[in-house]
Amino acid sequence: MLRFILKKLLYLVPTMFGITLVAFGFIRLLPGDPVLLMAGERGVSPERYAQIAAQLGYDKPIWQQYLHYIGNLLQGDLGNSLVTKKPVLNEFLALFPATVELALVAIIIATAIGVPVGVIAAIKRGSWFDQLSMTAALVGFSMPIFWWGLLLIILFSGVLGWTPVSGRISLMYFFPPVTGFMLIDSLLSGQKGAFASAVSHLILPSIVLATIPLAVIARQTRSAMLEVMGEDYVRTARAKGLSPRRVIGVHALRNAMIPVVTTIGLQIGVLMAGAILTETIFSWPGIGKWMIDSISRRDYPVVQSGLLLIAAIVMIVNLLVDLTYGLINPRIRHK
Amino acid sequence: MSLFSTRLLAASAFALMAAAPLHAKTFVYCSEGSPEGFDPAPYTSGTTFDASGHAVYNRLVQFKPGTTEIEPALAESWEVSEDGLEYTFHLRKGVKFHSNDKFTPSREFNADDVIFTFERQANADHPWHEYMAGITYEYYSSMEMDKLIKSIEKVDDYTVKFTLNQPEAPFLANVAMPFVSIVSKEYADTLEAAGTREDLNNTPIGTGPFKFVAYQKDAVIRYQKNADYWGEAPKIDDLVFAITPDASVRLQKLKAGECHLMPYPAPADLDEIRADPNLKMDEQAGLNVGYLAYNTTVAPFDNPQVRKALNMAMDKQALVEAVYQGSGVVAKNPIPPTMWGYNDTIEDDKYDPEAAKKMLEEAGVKDLTMEIWAMPVQRPYMPNARRAAEVMQSDFAKVGVKVDIVSYEWGEYLKKSMEEGRKGAVILGWTGDNGDPDNFLSVLLSCAGANPGGANRSFWCNEEFSDILAKAKSSSDHEERVKLYEEAQVIFKREAPWATLAHSTQYVPMAKNVTGFVQSPLGDYTFEAVDLTE
Amino acid sequence: MTDTAVKISDAAIRRRMLKEFWFYFSQNRGAVIGLVVFAILVLTAIFAPLLAPHDPTHQYRDALLVPPFWQEGGRAEFLLGTDAVGRDMLSRLIYGAQYSLFIGIVVVSIALVGGIIIGLVAGFFGGWVDTVIMRVMDVVLAFPSLLLALVLVAVLGPGLTNAMIAIAIVYQPHFARLTRAAVMGEKAREYVTAARVAGASNLRLMVKTILPNCLAPLIVQATLSFSSAVLDSAALGFLGMGAQPPASEWGTMLAEAREFILRAWWVVTFPGLAILVSVLAINLMGDGLRDALDPKLKRS
Repeated sequence: MLRFILKKLLYLVPTMFGITLVAFGFIRLLPGDPVLLMAGERGVSPERYAQIAAQLGYDKPIWQQYLHYIGNLLQGDLGNSLVTKKPVLNEFLALFPATVELALVAIIIATAIGVPVGVIAAIKRGSWFDQLSMTAALVGFSMPIFWWGLLLIILFSGVLGWTPVSGRISLMYFFPPVTGFMLIDSLLSGQKGAFASAVSHLILPSIVLATIPLAVIARQTRSAMLEVMGEDYVRTARAKGLSPRRVIGVHALRNAMIPVVTTIGLQIGVLMAGAILTETIFSWPGIGKWMIDSISRRDYPVVQSGLLLIAAIVMIVNLLVDLTYGLINPRIRHK
Repeated sequence: MSLFSTRLLAASAFALMAAAPLHAKTFVYCSEGSPEGFDPAPYTSGTTFDASGHAVYNRLVQFKPGTTEIEPALAESWEVSEDGLEYTFHLRKGVKFHSNDKFTPSREFNADDVIFTFERQANADHPWHEYMAGITYEYYSSMEMDKLIKSIEKVDDYTVKFTLNQPEAPFLANVAMPFVSIVSKEYADTLEAAGTREDLNNTPIGTGPFKFVAYQKDAVIRYQKNADYWGEAPKIDDLVFAITPDASVRLQKLKAGECHLMPYPAPADLDEIRADPNLKMDEQAGLNVGYLAYNTTVAPFDNPQVRKALNMAMDKQALVEAVYQGSGVVAKNPIPPTMWGYNDTIEDDKYDPEAAKKMLEEAGVKDLTMEIWAMPVQRPYMPNARRAAEVMQSDFAKVGVKVDIVSYEWGEYLKKSMEEGRKGAVILGWTGDNGDPDNFLSVLLSCAGANPGGANRSFWCNEEFSDILAKAKSSSDHEERVKLYEEAQVIFKREAPWATLAHSTQYVPMAKNVTGFVQSPLGDYTFEAVDLTE
Repeated sequence: MTDTAVKISDAAIRRRMLKEFWFYFSQNRGAVIGLVVFAILVLTAIFAPLLAPHDPTHQYRDALLVPPFWQEGGRAEFLLGTDAVGRDMLSRLIYGAQYSLFIGIVVVSIALVGGIIIGLVAGFFGGWVDTVIMRVMDVVLAFPSLLLALVLVAVLGPGLTNAMIAIAIVYQPHFARLTRAAVMGEKAREYVTAARVAGASNLRLMVKTILPNCLAPLIVQATLSFSSAVLDSAALGFLGMGAQPPASEWGTMLAEAREFILRAWWVVTFPGLAILVSVLAINLMGDGLRDALDPKLKRS
């Protein structure tokens, strides 16, 4: 097992290296000069320009800048934002919990609904439930979620007035961030109504973000179940006269879960992409919106290190999925 | 101290603050963006200044509410020497800095704080000059304070003397600007000792009307009224900035009563706001100008007749309607009407394509093809440059001038438009920094501004005009300065280096029960005087 | 003589395969519906100038934000209403179909061709070539696709062409991986060895012999990518990085409509619905294709 993990980790090294190259390279290709943008309409004198460029290290040859960047990275320094002048890592950590909270709730919704729907659809194959749920899943899979979010806002915030338009919690409530997760912090604060407020703010964005993963999970669960149910040992179990519930619960479900777990894990990339859109629509203060803003502001260090952090997270989650897969399916390990 | 216990401490501090009086009056401002930080010195955006400079800090002098005139603030009075080189400020006594859970001031505001505020920006060797990696003091250097100030001297605890290199009348307006907000030296020393220097930017301590309480990145900023404020204490107890970048969402929140006041409504929403019985709206011409700058060094635009003719070919009224959609007024001068020194006797070039055509013929211009540059971004003075260029294109076609519209990425645009021998005319604009006419005219139209690194994009260098500006700059007689600037505008109109397009209007929608909000011509949002009626 | 005989039988085989494919495909009701909707979409795009009642960019200054005809205040001349500057929604939606199809075709073509070439090279040569190429693909796949596309567009400059290039680059590794896997599988087969022994060149082997045998998964992937391309380009348009106004691309239309979301539901609802219906139709087709082409699923 250890060797398996080590091998996988070793695999990550060249990829991580490639990612730093890509992140760094793209940023240096970005048109637009941050020093000029800072100066705006006023303009900047050539001397002052040289001075700032030197301070930011942009006057050195590109390969030196890259080596410098890698050197800093290895020491845990991801650079400072050009706009706020604060360390990129601090900004990331301040916003990351909001994204994680949104993504976690979304994946819980997607799993809690997607798996049972998939299982039932497989068992009652061809029934109206199967047809209806699989049609719905395909619609969900095809959904432009930025539009879906707007529709929900029109309905629930505009027409019905049930949910707030944006933000994480009502301004009435004010407590120090302990975990950074508003749901937990609002409970810890002990303030009446705070938790309900946090939930009402979170509900629409998480539904929007959950839509595509939910569809994928439901479809995947159904086909995995069908496959397993067609296999010999299930047929044998059934032939032996085991109750259908037992057959499905013990044998089929457990085996069908292997690809489903993988699917759930692999949705993390989808979630990160979805977070960009969801956070933009709901003005959710997370890293997706932060990246978009930074790209348009030409905040080089933020885009560069933000890309790197997000890619690293996606890869680590994928690795964890791989490992889980290896655990529940020992055949993989020895291959 | 472990992480956990600091958190507990922080939590108890929050708990204390939460235990405010029952009928606390909370004012919520739906702000348009996140502040870059809370130290006003290294940043340049108005959003940051609203959240830091105006709420938390004071300057030596300040702008009288609703005007661009100077009045005393932390300096009770000041004297200017005969030669205009020495400014002596007499500081206010008994001014207290805020306190927070890590800092309680042991002394009142004095000359050391003033010197610290200026020195850390001026002196590259100052220990606080680069207290965060990569910071620069853009405003300090772009207002040329570094070239202007020769020395700063502490005469006694409550007297500070500035010596300048040359007489400069706008100096007083400069020290009223947020970037020289007075920072507590004692606080800086405390942070230095604790090894948390960056907290100067995270948890600001000032003398201003509101105390900073907490900032949740990209979401909300909280302040509490400063009960010990040296001026008139704020009427509201708590001030909250709810950061809401989307204009339609801001309006939605305002209508829902989730906030009391918002900046920058979308032009499309203006009618709806006017129609809403629960809202009211302030409007004022902004301190800005949008213009089209010809390159006066390139033929045929080196001929004032040609520039004048093109200006007459432009239907500015139609342009303002199409581009600003009711949120702008036609500009005839390079400075906005809310600024002192504005010459209202100037008559704008009449829209007259026939006459324009004749003038072009007289100047020997035939089959002219020109470029018009349209910037790729929205700015306060220009909501849609591309559309403006299209209107000009069709107007100029009527006098036989063919227009190609070009655009570049914003940074490139700024750079290329300042390159010598540039082809074509550039759409651009300016938002005033300190309400002094010099801040428009010298920067945008003087001979010095036409050099690399300047902002004179018409490359117009008129000795007569520049001499008047220089004279006005070194005079400390306000009446004389007004006269000089009025004269300068006459020359500008005669020579027409630009087509002045429009001044955009600032709208401030707010709830009906908001009182005491005074709109600043500088576009600042300040809340020390606001109140909420029941 | 024998040559023609072989050809005839080749054609016959192909015809039979096609027939078999159509049999399975037409069994799937959803797939047929998808195909019909897609055909309508294609026709709409082709005949947009004939179908659209108005010029999609003409601004009727006296008809701003007119609701659809069935609502109070609606007008028969603007069936689905008008947008904020008085452009006819229906005409803009019809012309929008051109954008979506065009985007889908271009993106899939670039990604498919690029991916196949890269995948063939990697799979066929193996060794360090394969390792390097696959590492690069891993790097591309490590980023969330939309984020990478966003950064790419920022590098290339916002606009439809650049958005398409960016999306194609992001999609291309999927095709490369599929091709590589298929090539690795096929390479060891007897017919390839036979061809090699017969003296076939590398290029000929790759293109003529191996490629046709791994088309099925590529076709399925291409359909999936087509729908994703429509979605992602709309998302880029929505974020202001794709097609630029006044283009009637559906995502761009949504972005422009955002500020009216609580005031004029139709400017928000219809473009999104158009995206959803198109993507759904293509996905339905994709499901049908997969079922018809994948022999393993055919059994069950």
